[in-house]
Amino acid sequence: MTRWINVEVRHRIIVAGLWSAAAATLAVLALIIGIVLWNGLPMITWSFLLEAPKEMGRAGGIFPAIVGTVAVTLLAIIVATPIGVGSAVYLTEYTSESFLTRVIRFGAECLSGIPSIIFGLFGFIFFVIQLRMGWSVMSGGLTLAVMILPTIMRTAEEAVKSVPESYREASFSTGATRWQTVTQVVLPAALPGIVTGIVLGIGRGVGETAAVIFTAGSSLHIPTSVFSPARTMAVHFYILAREGLSMPHAYGTAAVLVILILAINVTANWLMLRFRAKTS
Amino acid sequence: MTMTVGDAKPPGGSPEPRPKVLVDRLSVEYDGTPALKGVTLPIFRGEVLAITGPGRSGKTTLLRTMNRLIDRTRGAKVVDGTVRLDDSDVFDADADPCLIRRRIGMVFALPTPLPKSIYDNIAFGPRVAGTRDSDRLDEIVEKALRDAVLWDEVNARLHDPALRLSGGQQQRLCIARALAQQPEVLLLDEPCSGLDPISTLKIEEALSALKRDYTIVLVSHNTQQAARASDRTAFLLMGELVEHGPTGQVFTNPRDTRTADYIEGRFG
Repeated sequence: MTRWINVEVRHRIIVAGLWSAAAATLAVLALIIGIVLWNGLPMITWSFLLEAPKEMGRAGGIFPAIVGTVAVTLLAIIVATPIGVGSAVYLTEYTSESFLTRVIRFGAECLSGIPSIIFGLFGFIFFVIQLRMGWSVMSGGLTLAVMILPTIMRTAEEAVKSVPESYREASFSTGATRWQTVTQVVLPAALPGIVTGIVLGIGRGVGETAAVIFTAGSSLHIPTSVFSPARTMAVHFYILAREGLSMPHAYGTAAVLVILILAINVTANWLMLRFRAKTS
Repeated sequence: MTMTVGDAKPPGGSPEPRPKVLVDRLSVEYDGTPALKGVTLPIFRGEVLAITGPGRSGKTTLLRTMNRLIDRTRGAKVVDGTVRLDDSDVFDADADPCLIRRRIGMVFALPTPLPKSIYDNIAFGPRVAGTRDSDRLDEIVEKALRDAVLWDEVNARLHDPALRLSGGQQQRLCIARALAQQPEVLLLDEPCSGLDPISTLKIEEALSALKRDYTIVLVSHNTQQAARASDRTAFLLMGELVEHGPTGQVFTNPRDTRTADYIEGRFG
């Protein structure tokens, strides 16, 4: 082996290469957010946020889509959180490693690998047709719940697992039952991790198009109950862009969506910091 | 929950009173490896019993068997014998481990404050036992903190996180937390092992005051601490109870040469 380049230079080339990789990651994010906001921000006004769309979305605002997004995502979180956290607690606190726990984990992993359009199809056949829920907030919310369930479960499981064993020992040694230990010691200590999972779930749910277009529908009216059809912002954006109705309105919707997701992340972070300051 | 100060008998007085806790021919294994071999050890009401011996001699296992925390240790199995608390068998099929752990409080080697406020740590035991009345809880918390000689240092900041206390304060907090559940027996597993000499002194000070009201089992590999703080001493070696008796006798005139060797620092 001949050394065709000296060690110092080689080191610099490696560092420069790795730095470029890291910078590229950040640049892609900045580019996406930049393009969306650059094109979309000029559209955002109070009337855009608070008015109903006119002419199929060519004009007017996106208020029903905002309501639809919040309703569908909220329902999904309300359904998926107890099931996800419940199974995480079962796996970590109520049973020991066995064939069954491995099957449950493997199942969750497979579930998270399924493309979202398949969830849409499943939701359409099962919730919309079979259970006769029709295109509705309910069908869309339940479909999203199934989709984000593995995310919430796995993050909750990691969070519960990372709670120090000494907390459980201390709790049991004072005479607490297993349930008291879980609800009063383990879950509060795991809360930051659990909330992270929920926020990831919200992120996936809010931006989801394929799974909700077949299940929640694409109605331009504000949903009045969980059985009304609804259109989410992602679906609205998709229809506006695909049907060539209005690119400016599509970008405006996308900008609102991006800002909403950022706001949720920032709020969750802030809540966690406050929670941590109170306990440690 | 009875606090039987009145009928506490002086340890060593004859005839021997009925033991508060009786470890009866107890053998424990971890995945088939013996950890305790046929240990029989009475613990009398109102005494401080020190259990000493080198590392891995089964001291902690013995404590964890008494309050059935051993149930949580994977692979651990009581293969023979049992532990009796007053008249009941701790391992009886209908014995409630939660109730036993309420009656036998425990403090671990390293401080284990819960990620809650100082107040909520102390009130944890009474709350899980069903005490909801806030005046009553205030009373319990204050008394427990006073008994653990921590009240003066923390009374102005009861709602601060317990994890912000120093190591020595955290350990006294854990003692207070165990006291707040109003146990009959208090198990202390090397309570000073991670602490500096001043903190150790404060904990021993707290213990000497607690002797009046509780039956205390103190595990310590530190023979000097065992000698200072206890009425009786038991010496464990490789899962075997070598001997037990009044502390003065065990330290000055041990029956077994292995005890003498350990006390004089020839091994361990």
